[in-house]
Amino acid sequence: MIDAKSPLLALDRLAVAYGGIQAVKGIDLAVGVGELVCLIGANGAGKTTTLKGICGLLPVKSGGIRYGGDDITGRRSFELVRRGLVMVPEGRGVFGALTIEENLAMGAYIRDDRAAIREDVERVFALFPRLKERRRQTAGTLSGGEQQMLAIGRALMSRPKLLLLDEPSMGLAPLMVQKVFETIIAVSREGVTILLIEQNAKLALEVSDRGYVMESGEITLEGEAATLLHDPKVRAAYLGENP
Amino acid sequence: MAQRPDNRGAEHSAPIVDTFIQQLVNGITLGSVYAIVALGYTMVYGIIQLINFAHGEVVMIGAMVAYTVIAALVGAHLPLPPLAILVIATLCAIPACMAVGFTLERVAYRPLRNAPRLAPLITAIGLSIILQNLALIIWSRSPLPYPQIIDTVSYHLTPHANGATITNVQVGIIGLSIVMMGGLLLLVYRTKLGIAMRAVAQNSQVAGLMGIDINRVISLTFVIGSGLAAVAGVMDGTYYGVAHYQMGFILGLKAFSAAVLGGIGNLGGAMLGGLLLGVIEALGAGYVGDLTNLCHLSGWSSSLAQRCADDPHLAVFGSNYQDVFAFIVLILVLVFRPSGLLGERVADRA
Ligand SMILES: Nc1ncnc2c1ncn2[C@@H]1O[C@H](COP(=O)(O)OP(=O)(O)OP(=O)(O)O)[C@@H](O)[C@H]1O
Ligand SMILES: [Mg+2]
Repeated sequence: MIDAKSPLLALDRLAVAYGGIQAVKGIDLAVGVGELVCLIGANGAGKTTTLKGICGLLPVKSGGIRYGGDDITGRRSFELVRRGLVMVPEGRGVFGALTIEENLAMGAYIRDDRAAIREDVERVFALFPRLKERRRQTAGTLSGGEQQMLAIGRALMSRPKLLLLDEPSMGLAPLMVQKVFETIIAVSREGVTILLIEQNAKLALEVSDRGYVMESGEITLEGEAATLLHDPKVRAAYLGENP
Repeated sequence: MAQRPDNRGAEHSAPIVDTFIQQLVNGITLGSVYAIVALGYTMVYGIIQLINFAHGEVVMIGAMVAYTVIAALVGAHLPLPPLAILVIATLCAIPACMAVGFTLERVAYRPLRNAPRLAPLITAIGLSIILQNLALIIWSRSPLPYPQIIDTVSYHLTPHANGATITNVQVGIIGLSIVMMGGLLLLVYRTKLGIAMRAVAQNSQVAGLMGIDINRVISLTFVIGSGLAAVAGVMDGTYYGVAHYQMGFILGLKAFSAAVLGGIGNLGGAMLGGLLLGVIEALGAGYVGDLTNLCHLSGWSSSLAQRCADDPHLAVFGSNYQDVFAFIVLILVLVFRPSGLLGERVADRA
């Protein structure tokens, strides 16, 4: 196993099941402090299930999750947010009936430092000027790409230590995808640790430090992102190249 | 059961406009109470899609607790002004009702949150029966007369001597209701807790991912709705001058109808629905007797003419039919506009 120095997040034979169906079959995975790690794999491989298991949205069947040195297995999601573990769910999950400002306010729900919160709202607006123009409109009126920006901005409002991103580029036009990835890199440079799930394996590996490949609930490959990018198996299966 | 003040409208000789205005005033008073109760139904429905049928009983408990406090204070002959007694009674009823609402959610509804929808619904009906019987044991089987500590003062609304009036009690009920509704809107739309309540209502899982303790927000929703219910109970008791262990049943059903009329889950809808229902009911009660008055037909039958000589108000339906209007409205809404006046279409929610 690749050793991540002082891992912030470490999965130890994590298994997550839907009733009798085991979707994640005992995986080991680690993300070091400050790292950008991606988890790639085909549809239905179990990537979303893994994230939901980590952040307490699905019960863990066996195995453990360590975060910042503590065992957080079975903790509920709202408690984890207070510890800096924040997920941007697949399909964004913005509150469509709330305004953009209210969505951002909910991102900062755990915080009480009003002045600093206001500064962070401005930082999000600086990152995504489109959101600023429409700050008082409901999030349901935003385009898919704008909603994704709002979802990322909202997650940043909690000042996370570890950000879990579930397919942030899904369904976006190429220009938007680029914008989203630029944002991910910028956030990572600020020192936020990121675990990124992506269908777009090429882009994900290009921006990541390390990567994991998941197939039907198991980790089949792992390594330096640059190495995986040139791995013939990865190229064949996920980068759409013929061997 | 209860005596309804002024429901028969003004004296016969009063101008038609006065009768109408009088019923309007009565309807708005009644509607204010319905609106406050309806808010409790709609807030809970909005956040967990549960129809809390025991909410009417929370109103009843508010009226009962306030009754006990008022009776005790009056009995103690303290040199307190009547308004102070009423305020103290209300301030006792509010925490009592909040505790009941909190307990209902914590003990009965929370364990069923992921159960099939029928389970919490039946539980709600069961809780309603339990609370009624508890009240019967604690208080009494018979109606409890609210001590009439407030001297009713009537203010004329028109220049006619026996025309439409509004009483100080009515002004108080309407005014207090407006203040509470305004306060609730401020809470829900301007505070962090309010935004969190709406976020949980929209998508509780994502709300959890924001660090919102969903259970706490749901508890608070019950507590706030129950606090409003307590005040509604005191208003109802003061207005009709009576409290009874079954009073929450019809009142709750009407407030629920009001919430459905406005669009369940929608705060503005509950307010509008409550007011409309109160007005419909008062106007209906005021005019149903005239509209179905058999004496118009006296020319057709001599025996009818004779009976009308004895009772000029002889009608097919008297004003005691006023309770029917709420349910006619409920049925019409469910048939023609199930989402209510201000409700979103159901498809938008899912
Ligand atoms: N609620 C559910 N109940 C039962 N099985 C489920 C449920 N959700 C997902 N699954 C199954 O679990 C497996 C893993 O699903 P998961 O959503 O984790 O895949 P994924 O890797 O995120 O795929 P995608 O890239 O399409 O999002 C799939 O076989 C899926 O059918
Ligand atoms: Mg997925």
